Amino acid sequence: MAQSVVVQVGQCGNQIGCRFWDLALREHAAVNKKGIYDEALCSFFRNVDPRSGDDGADISKGKICSLKARALLIDMEEGVVNEILQGPLRDVFDSKQLITDVSGSGNNWAVGHKMYGCQYRERIVEKLRKTAEHCDCLQCFFVIHSMGGGTGSGLGTFVLNVLEEEFPEVYRFVTSIYPSREDDVITSPYNSVLAMKELSEHADCVLPIENESLFDIVSKINQMTKCGKLGSSVKQASLVTSSGMKTTKEKPFDAMNNIVANLLLNLTSSARFEGSLNMDLNEITMNLVPFPRLHYLVSSLTPLYTLADVHVPSRKLDQMFSDAFSKDHQLIRADPKHCLYLACALLVRGNVHVSDLRRNIERLKPALNFVSWNQEGWKTGLCSVPPVGHSHSLLALANNTCVKSTFLELKERFMKLYKKKAHLHHYLHTDGMEQSCFSEALSSLSDLIDDYNQLDVMSCGPAVDPPRLKIAM
Amino acid sequence: MSIITIQLGQCGNQVGREVFQAIATDLHSTHGLCSKKENDAYQAASKERFFSEEKTGVPAARAVLVDMEPKVIGQTLSVALRSGSWKYDHQSHFCQKQGSGNNWANGYCIHGPKHKEAIMNLVQKEAEKCDRLSGFLTLLSMAGGTGSGLGAFVIVQNYNSVLTLSHLYQTSDALLVHENDAIHKICAQLMNIKQISFQDVNQVIAHQLGSIFQPAYSSDSAVQYSRSPLGDLMEALVPHPEFKMLGLRNIPQMSENSLAFSTFAWPGLLKHLRQMLIANAKMEEGIDWQVRPPLPGLPLPQKQSPNRTAHFNTSIANLITLRGKDVQTADLGGFRDPALYTSWLSAQEALAIWKTPRAFNKYEKSASLVSNSQCLLKPIDAVVSKAWKMFASKAYVHQYTKFGIEEEDFLDCFSTLEQVIASYSSL
Repeated sequence: MAQSVVVQVGQCGNQIGCRFWDLALREHAAVNKKGIYDEALCSFFRNVDPRSGDDGADISKGKICSLKARALLIDMEEGVVNEILQGPLRDVFDSKQLITDVSGSGNNWAVGHKMYGCQYRERIVEKLRKTAEHCDCLQCFFVIHSMGGGTGSGLGTFVLNVLEEEFPEVYRFVTSIYPSREDDVITSPYNSVLAMKELSEHADCVLPIENESLFDIVSKINQMTKCGKLGSSVKQASLVTSSGMKTTKEKPFDAMNNIVANLLLNLTSSARFEGSLNMDLNEITMNLVPFPRLHYLVSSLTPLYTLADVHVPSRKLDQMFSDAFSKDHQLIRADPKHCLYLACALLVRGNVHVSDLRRNIERLKPALNFVSWNQEGWKTGLCSVPPVGHSHSLLALANNTCVKSTFLELKERFMKLYKKKAHLHHYLHTDGMEQSCFSEALSSLSDLIDDYNQLDVMSCGPAVDPPRLKIAM
Repeated sequence: MSIITIQLGQCGNQVGREVFQAIATDLHSTHGLCSKKENDAYQAASKERFFSEEKTGVPAARAVLVDMEPKVIGQTLSVALRSGSWKYDHQSHFCQKQGSGNNWANGYCIHGPKHKEAIMNLVQKEAEKCDRLSGFLTLLSMAGGTGSGLGAFVIVQNYNSVLTLSHLYQTSDALLVHENDAIHKICAQLMNIKQISFQDVNQVIAHQLGSIFQPAYSSDSAVQYSRSPLGDLMEALVPHPEFKMLGLRNIPQMSENSLAFSTFAWPGLLKHLRQMLIANAKMEEGIDWQVRPPLPGLPLPQKQSPNRTAHFNTSIANLITLRGKDVQTADLGGFRDPALYTSWLSAQEALAIWKTPRAFNKYEKSASLVSNSQCLLKPIDAVVSKAWKMFASKAYVHQYTKFGIEEEDFLDCFSTLEQVIASYSSL
């Protein structure tokens, strides 16, 4: 089985990353009762003998000795990482997997990307290589970061460039958290747009997630819990509340981070567990990215709200598929149903059959608008191991033009600042940062939006089949 | 003579295992319904074809297993071993850690050249185990990268299929094409399976392949089982290199439960099989009985486009294999009608018949038809049409150029297949 490495950058990236590692360990613990280090664990964890000295020799078979996450933790302040090192996950990371500084990036993309990038490049490369050396078949990097701040957006996208240079053949999946409209970081539109250019050019696949959507989902769940709709029926291990930290005090972002961690959990489940119907990670980019830049996938997770609903199983199962296409299950604020699908993947976990997939695709298809050349643009994967405490779950990934609404809004907020050249000087102070960086980032974003627009426009026109090749008989 | 089976990718390996299982089960079947002498000869011929004797006594499949990821090969090997009646040679498989990710170009341009030598060594070793080698039976799916799972959804499957088919058309002697959707219908409607699994689908394919490649007498006067099954198949069905796409039809196909309550007679079976051929039905249910061959003397019907629904399916050549009780009494006159065939091959030359009194699988009487006819025109045309639409928008092309398959290469493949479509359409 191939291996993946997670690179978590900045405060947000590290918090989500840690939720991911925690949940992943729980999942494996639930399945792997005997404590054997198997192929499944090997995909995201090393098994290390801590007594064997400095670097800890890898143990490839037998009992679990000490699990180390295949991860690199990067932050330009110490707070979050230190907290992790004192928390329950401290044994999963060691000091060789960390890169920290003390002064932070001051919510400035240029500081993260240009200054720290330059300063830490060698250390980043060295640690990435070390991590890669522990893999016998490295398939994927997962970068987790936020778009609004300085470190996540700046240094996070710098790391992405480094990955492309150093490991051109390893896939780069990026989970990017987009800032809210009322973000308290005034410069977040700058940071996001500057980061967008890097994502468009250097990622194989980006999963954009809007903070506001996460917030909406969490408040809806809280509301439902309060008015007793879910009441006592909410399972301990439900998708959103499975932090397992009930005993300690829950932090405000924990629930939101958990949703993203669950997205990653489902995305990687077929890489982490065996199964002949599993979807390989490289199949996702192959099937969902028809054009190199249009690699932004809108994701939705189900079940999300009614976790312990007691319905007839098959109805419940079909409901799960319907929900994945509803507006309030999307992790960005957009409505894929009313926009154009270029392609769509359904990653199902649990006791679900191929026939269930076929039935639901047939059922849902008429209501969805697929681009003319990809009328059968479905990709499916089945992982037999469900999330802990569930019978099944679904992650839908859509390459859908609705994603452009997020980009349009971002551009608008960027323009508001950029027209007045507000705060620009903070950026231009940094070595290597020039005004052209802003104009290029802006035009990159505009081009991207244009690409989606063109697809939308073409889909409104009459579908004309291209004339086939003529053969002289 | 022996056949070496090359199992490629997830689908090839899963189907391959079912093929050997079907053959092994049939070999040891107690329902052969023929004389002991006949049965012994059949068993000996089948064993030589598909298995080599091992010192341990458990026959080993004459097969080479290839996949770019280890999961399926691991399962395939262990399931075969558990059967107890046969196994794979523990050294004749090749796998890597990471699959081709549904990308034909990755399989063809990267994995292929890199592992060619290792794979060919395995094939060589397997060939050396044969006293007499008839040929290679290569099993793969068209849609995937290495050969993807049967029935799995792959968005880029039409591209992969176009690339696979056009290359196979240039390098193979004949192509036996199974349509996933048709097999699914057989499972649902004939086999009465409620939740169709991959294994169900694979077993239907395995049954179909077994019914052709298990031993049979290739003429009425033959005193021993056909020595060169692949050579005989080629001779019977591929008179021209431009026409090498073969479709399969079987009758009967049903669940074991219904089988207990059914009896069969050759006239009924063959009447259905004939109509399945001329009306291009994939199974005995839902045949259009209105379709008739063109009457002699009347002008040929105008050239029809390949996407019309019901029409007469013109054959180049057909091979019918009959297995089971009273096989000598079966009348195949209906297949000797010259109206079934093109004008350039007489019915005499166009029809081959193989027979054996030994019953196959659990059927007292069974017939299979391998047909070189227009029957695959529609599905191939649909694949080319969908792939061409995608190609005209340049969608997904970058995924292939990344590994060295250029737009030109796509165009070459498209024109190869358009040529095939045009040739079959003009029959």
